[in-house]
Amino acid sequence: MIQLTINGVRQSFDGDPEMPLLWYLRDGLGLTGTKFGCGIGVCGSCVVHQNGAAVRACMTPVRVAAGAEIVTIEALGSGHEGGLHPVQKAWMAHNVPQCGYCQAGQIMQAAALLKSTPHPTDADIDQGMAGNICRCGTYQRIRGAIKAAAGEAV
Amino acid sequence: MNRIENLSRRGFLQGVLSTGAFVLGAQFVPEALLSAPSDGRATADAGLGAAGDPVGATAFHPNVFVGLEPDGTVVIVAHRSEMGTGSRTSLPRIVADEMEADWSRVRIVQATGDAKYGNQDTDGSHSVRSFFEAMRVYGATARTMLVQAAALQWNVPASECQASPEPHVVTHVPTGRTAGYGELAAAAARLPVPPKESLQLKPRSEWRYIGKDASIFDLQDICTGKAGYGMDAHREGMLFASVEHPPVLGGKVASLDDSDALKVPGVRQTVAIEPFKPPHAFQPLGGVAVIADNTWAAFQGRRKLKINWDNGANASFNSDAYRKELEQTVRQPCKVAWNRGDVDAEFAKGAKTLEAGYYVPLLAHASMEPPVAVAEYRDGRVEAWAPTQDPQAVQETVGQVLGVPKENVLCHVTLLGGAFGRKSKPDYVAEAAVLSKKTGRPVKVVWTREDDIKFDYYHTVAAAYMKAALGANGMPTAWLQRSAFPPIGSTFELNNTYGSGGELGMGWTDTPFAIPNLRAENGPAAAHVRIGWLRSVANIYHAFAVQSFAAELAHEAGRDQLDYLLALIGPDRVIDKKNLGADYDNMGADYKDYPVDTARLRRVAELAAEQSGWGKRKLGPGQGMGIAAHRSFVTYVATVVQVEMDQQGKVRIGRVDSAVDTGTVVNPDSVRNQMEGAAVFGASLAKYGEITATNGAINQGNFTDYGMCRINEAPREIHVHIVQSDAPPAGVGEPGVPPFAPALCNAIFAATGKRVRELPLTRSGLA
Ligand code: FES
Ligand code: FES
Repeated sequence: MIQLTINGVRQSFDGDPEMPLLWYLRDGLGLTGTKFGCGIGVCGSCVVHQNGAAVRACMTPVRVAAGAEIVTIEALGSGHEGGLHPVQKAWMAHNVPQCGYCQAGQIMQAAALLKSTPHPTDADIDQGMAGNICRCGTYQRIRGAIKAAAGEAV
Repeated sequence: MNRIENLSRRGFLQGVLSTGAFVLGAQFVPEALLSAPSDGRATADAGLGAAGDPVGATAFHPNVFVGLEPDGTVVIVAHRSEMGTGSRTSLPRIVADEMEADWSRVRIVQATGDAKYGNQDTDGSHSVRSFFEAMRVYGATARTMLVQAAALQWNVPASECQASPEPHVVTHVPTGRTAGYGELAAAAARLPVPPKESLQLKPRSEWRYIGKDASIFDLQDICTGKAGYGMDAHREGMLFASVEHPPVLGGKVASLDDSDALKVPGVRQTVAIEPFKPPHAFQPLGGVAVIADNTWAAFQGRRKLKINWDNGANASFNSDAYRKELEQTVRQPCKVAWNRGDVDAEFAKGAKTLEAGYYVPLLAHASMEPPVAVAEYRDGRVEAWAPTQDPQAVQETVGQVLGVPKENVLCHVTLLGGAFGRKSKPDYVAEAAVLSKKTGRPVKVVWTREDDIKFDYYHTVAAAYMKAALGANGMPTAWLQRSAFPPIGSTFELNNTYGSGGELGMGWTDTPFAIPNLRAENGPAAAHVRIGWLRSVANIYHAFAVQSFAAELAHEAGRDQLDYLLALIGPDRVIDKKNLGADYDNMGADYKDYPVDTARLRRVAELAAEQSGWGKRKLGPGQGMGIAAHRSFVTYVATVVQVEMDQQGKVRIGRVDSAVDTGTVVNPDSVRNQMEGAAVFGASLAKYGEITATNGAINQGNFTDYGMCRINEAPREIHVHIVQSDAPPAGVGEPGVPPFAPALCNAIFAATGKRVRELPLTRSGLA
């Protein structure tokens, strides 16, 4: 039995400890905001926060997350005004999404980036966000939204 | 054809609307959807045994609905799929505008797949083009009836009442008395539908939503993880499946050992899926499915399958050898697709000539959401939940594969996590249906990224050969273009090797250059993988050849690329359709409304150039600018790309300026977003996009070897310039793509003197 906290709720997992957190979230808990894009850690669709840091849920076996605090896109905005994290607000103000499928991962990654680097340069954004693919090509708006949220994000 | 009826008491939208709602249903049949579509789709329908177009019959088949609840909520049914282009937002905004509805009180409901909606295939960038006028008429009808309802209630002439400027309210002008739309729903529900001739459409100056920036309807749901994609579909008690497909198209299982797979915890069984009967069309590929309690277990079990394959004839397919064949084909005379004057006579005069060959490889769609579907088979009926561009193709394909009437297949359309043409083909939905039938449970089929890239309906591989004779001023007196590519028709018909009129009409039989002698040819090419539509389709390789060659000629003539391109386009004129290729179908758009107008092409080229600082910008060593202009999906786009070569000789794309004339614009922000995305899509295919096969099996499998631009590799700045226009609305989702690659390669030439004639740039060490 593996214990972990997901979006503030204690969970006990008794399946295959090697199962990536991604599939526990999606198939086990119905938290489908975290997306499957590549399964090998190279697209960023599945980014969640583990103890505040961005991790790829497709590459994180549940056993590795034992005892951790996991936050997914569904709970990123909790405690923020209007239930929206400043990064989510910036995303909306900039009309970033097209199909939207990559955006949960992008937002989670951007929120973590701004936490460690509150005022990122273009180079910081390149580096921090290069692991997240958007096939629709919304990168310019992602960059704009990150800059707008800079300083506000916590 | 256009018909609107008052359906308020007919229970048409039970479950969606309350019984007291005012409901209009309309049957709109855009002309484009009455004619046989291009690209082998006609054969597709034949192959699938489609029951034919439901329209044209005398019965009323409303395909769009507007409902008004007594509480004032307006419900609009979106009958097209949302894959990121914003049509789910744009179409209802057109209705709401004419209806004078308050947008914040509009709710959008997604339609299921049903012939009653008419053709729902969301492709070809025509959702707004085909439905713009119809949506306006529809909104005006609802508004007119609400005004009449108010007038009746107040016992005043309707001419004294109006539904603006305040939205969602009818005002009696002389007395200032008002009634909210919701209060009028019941009365409007009892009124007859006014004849179309009696409607007054709003003048452009009074449009409240059309032409104004809007956020997409699903914005907040997307940003909070609530939006429902196919990947998120769920049925109680469903099982999860992952399918091992034959590595070579047409392959079959020779022997299977699933004993280790069945030992994986959570794996329940394996199920064989029959190979398709050629032509493959949209049928499942066949193979072996692992059925499990969750996706992960299904993936794990699949890795433990031991299968020997009988690969079949396509195992002879090797990309390098195939390329040589294609290039040989276009070096020989091919079938003439379009001719003007006599290029041979002109070439024989002995003037200076220039020749060049171009090559674009197979490409994969790789939408972020891989193919995925949930299906539940029960008692001869199927219910499916899928990210599909074409829910009726789901009905037809599932019906055909399971042997049930298509009417017994209900398809719920989820949001699509990208599609780009891939999700017009419902093979993955049919897999889910087959597996549900065999297991007796709802089944979710999840394709891995590797499945997606190895088993796509690829954008075809193409070779082109170009030759021109140059006159005294460096302008061509003769221009010959030949292409060869396995056509999309090969997916629907055996031994189909020539490009269809639709494919050739995408930038090959409509080259808008003022050249006296011009000939377009097309040679045969056999397909060895599944070929399908990908964002902007044949325009990609045609524009690459035409726009690159134009820049090569400019260089040869010692002239500026832009000046030369404008000279090629020639004097402003509307080209007579007779002077285009014989079966030029103009994407199904009425040529009267959407002719090839060279003035519009010229204008976008000039606008992109001007905004980019063409000819004025100081360029350092290793920097260069390139331009390309192309009309596709009846929209005109010109793109200027600025590049800089880094120390390793790799290209960095700095600024991009795209000018677009797409006629009347419904949502400018959506147009900008699509054009920005098209630049990134174009940059991805130009820099990295290449699918290759060895002995029939695809070599690439994930983003590690099928690359696409990341934030640090994409164009750094994309500026979109929209031409203000009152012309009818045209396509937006696709036409930004074709000019990008040639503009980029023209910029690389300007920066380095190196001419790129093959994509992707990784082949030349430039990316
Ligand atoms: S799905 Fe995890 S990084 Fe792609
Ligand atoms: S918005 Fe579609 S993949 Fe990013």
